[in-house]
Amino acid sequence: MTTTAPEVAATREALGPTLIRLRNEGLDIVVVDADLGASTSARRFKSEFPDRWFSFGIAEQNMFSAAGGLATMGYTVFASTFAVFAEHAYDQIRMNIAQPNLNVKIVVSHGGVSVGEDGASAQSIEDFALFASLMNFRCIVPADVVEAAAAEECAARTPGPFFIRTGRARTRTLYTDGPKFRLGVADRMREGTDLTIVACGLMVERALDAATALQNEGISARVLNMATIRPLDEEALVAAARETGAIVVAEEHLSHTGLGGMCAQLLASKQPVPMEFVGVPNRYGESGTWSEVLEIMGLTAQGVADAARRVVARK
Amino acid sequence: MLVVTSAPMDLQSLSRRVREHVLRMVYGAQSGHIGGSFSAADIMAVLYTEVLKHDPQRPDWPQRDRFIMSKGHCTPVQYAILAEMGYLPVEELSTFRKKGTRLQGHSVLGKPAGVDNTAGSLGMGLSFGLGIALGARLRGEDLSTYVLMGDGEQAEGQVWEAAMAAAYHKADRLVAIIDRNKIQNDDFVANQMVSEPLDEKYRAFGWAVRDGLDGHNFEQIAEGLRWARDVQGQPACVIFDTIKGKGVSFMENNPGFHGAAPSADQLAAALQELGVAP
Repeated sequence: MTTTAPEVAATREALGPTLIRLRNEGLDIVVVDADLGASTSARRFKSEFPDRWFSFGIAEQNMFSAAGGLATMGYTVFASTFAVFAEHAYDQIRMNIAQPNLNVKIVVSHGGVSVGEDGASAQSIEDFALFASLMNFRCIVPADVVEAAAAEECAARTPGPFFIRTGRARTRTLYTDGPKFRLGVADRMREGTDLTIVACGLMVERALDAATALQNEGISARVLNMATIRPLDEEALVAAARETGAIVVAEEHLSHTGLGGMCAQLLASKQPVPMEFVGVPNRYGESGTWSEVLEIMGLTAQGVADAARRVVARK
Repeated sequence: MLVVTSAPMDLQSLSRRVREHVLRMVYGAQSGHIGGSFSAADIMAVLYTEVLKHDPQRPDWPQRDRFIMSKGHCTPVQYAILAEMGYLPVEELSTFRKKGTRLQGHSVLGKPAGVDNTAGSLGMGLSFGLGIALGARLRGEDLSTYVLMGDGEQAEGQVWEAAMAAAYHKADRLVAIIDRNKIQNDDFVANQMVSEPLDEKYRAFGWAVRDGLDGHNFEQIAEGLRWARDVQGQPACVIFDTIKGKGVSFMENNPGFHGAAPSADQLAAALQELGVAP
């Protein structure tokens, strides 16, 4: 990352520069790749540190299992591919990384439906569920490129497995003054009293826009960036429910198995309040530009604002 | 090469004790895998006493050779040889598969120390071993990684992803050992999938291959393992012909003893055949 954050950028763009910087700072990083390093930006590491770059061809299962083996030799292993192709190697990740609790950082790009044109098979709408189901994994969905770099650095400096989902869509940079990322701690980006919008990934930008629109109607919305979706920031979530009395959860994923389901489970036992959910509806995606596909799925500031009005009406 | 083991062993009596442990463990748990443990028992006995560079007193020794059990259901033979080597008390073997045990049904990394991978889903060990071999080479460590697979396991596509990648990376400190016992879970391998000719397949993937060795002949096992260890410039695969259930007549070549526990009568008969007092 340069010190000046770009106005718009894709979260996937953080990985290559961050890996190079961290290796230059002396971290014992190696990178494994399955022919998507140009797309995930990890490949920039190869030209700087060719002996620490391992190609596995188009073979994700082998790559993730080998990443586990490499980690047993003391390395901090970064493995990157597209989100759907990490799903392809789920059992390998479960048995060779999660169960033995090895030091592998899985940074996927092209997450969610905002892959756009590539269509349904390329759009991951179930990866939060899969990776949040793996014990020992910490799961992060950064809201912008600045937060992505901070999350990747945190993963590199924290032992154990991580899953970080980045995207292809070039979205607005929110942390123009620098990252505020802390593992497992939600960032309260906007104060509010009538409800709280809990969001991750590119839905944070939409949540902030929705909060601005709601303000004009006299509805005061708090916005929590829940970048770490596992473990959840229980304290911030319970406080939000107690203090604002209503919750909207917004994510680029199926709600029932994603951040929405996880927040609902926690609040049901700790601080039940009315909740509404903005997520991928119960369907697979389709082709279109990334913003068109988000529109089709209702993953917009308008969709979040509508959910906010519904939940406030239920209070 | 330095080979650290306990005192020189009588391989015949070592492999007999290993088989006895396997029988008692699986009988005690009333579950577990005897057939594939017996087919690999002689290979494991030779590997741990004559080839593997290891030190049971220092199981986390960074420069140790690594043994990766890819056919992770064959923990009985793995725990038995580790106990004989001194990695865990022989008495602990009786806890196999029981509540509170360290000795789960399938391999768990670090339980006990000496187990270097987690296994159970087949086809992943060669990839995991490849990662170790690549990491060791980058560190400049003088160590080899041995991966034990079954012949039925060769149907897993990931094995061939790893085979392709190991040759691409010229991982010559990676050794694949195939326990060709010709039986898998439900039936004979040949009735379930065409995995042969394994030697030609590995050669085509860029490996050095030795085939046709008797996996129950100690001299041939040692020769094959040492040959594989010393191959340079490419990974090496040594294929041992074995007999599933080897050592107990009514278990030999019997698909019924892939994953079945013996009755009390069968245990007594089996121990008698091994020449062990019940």
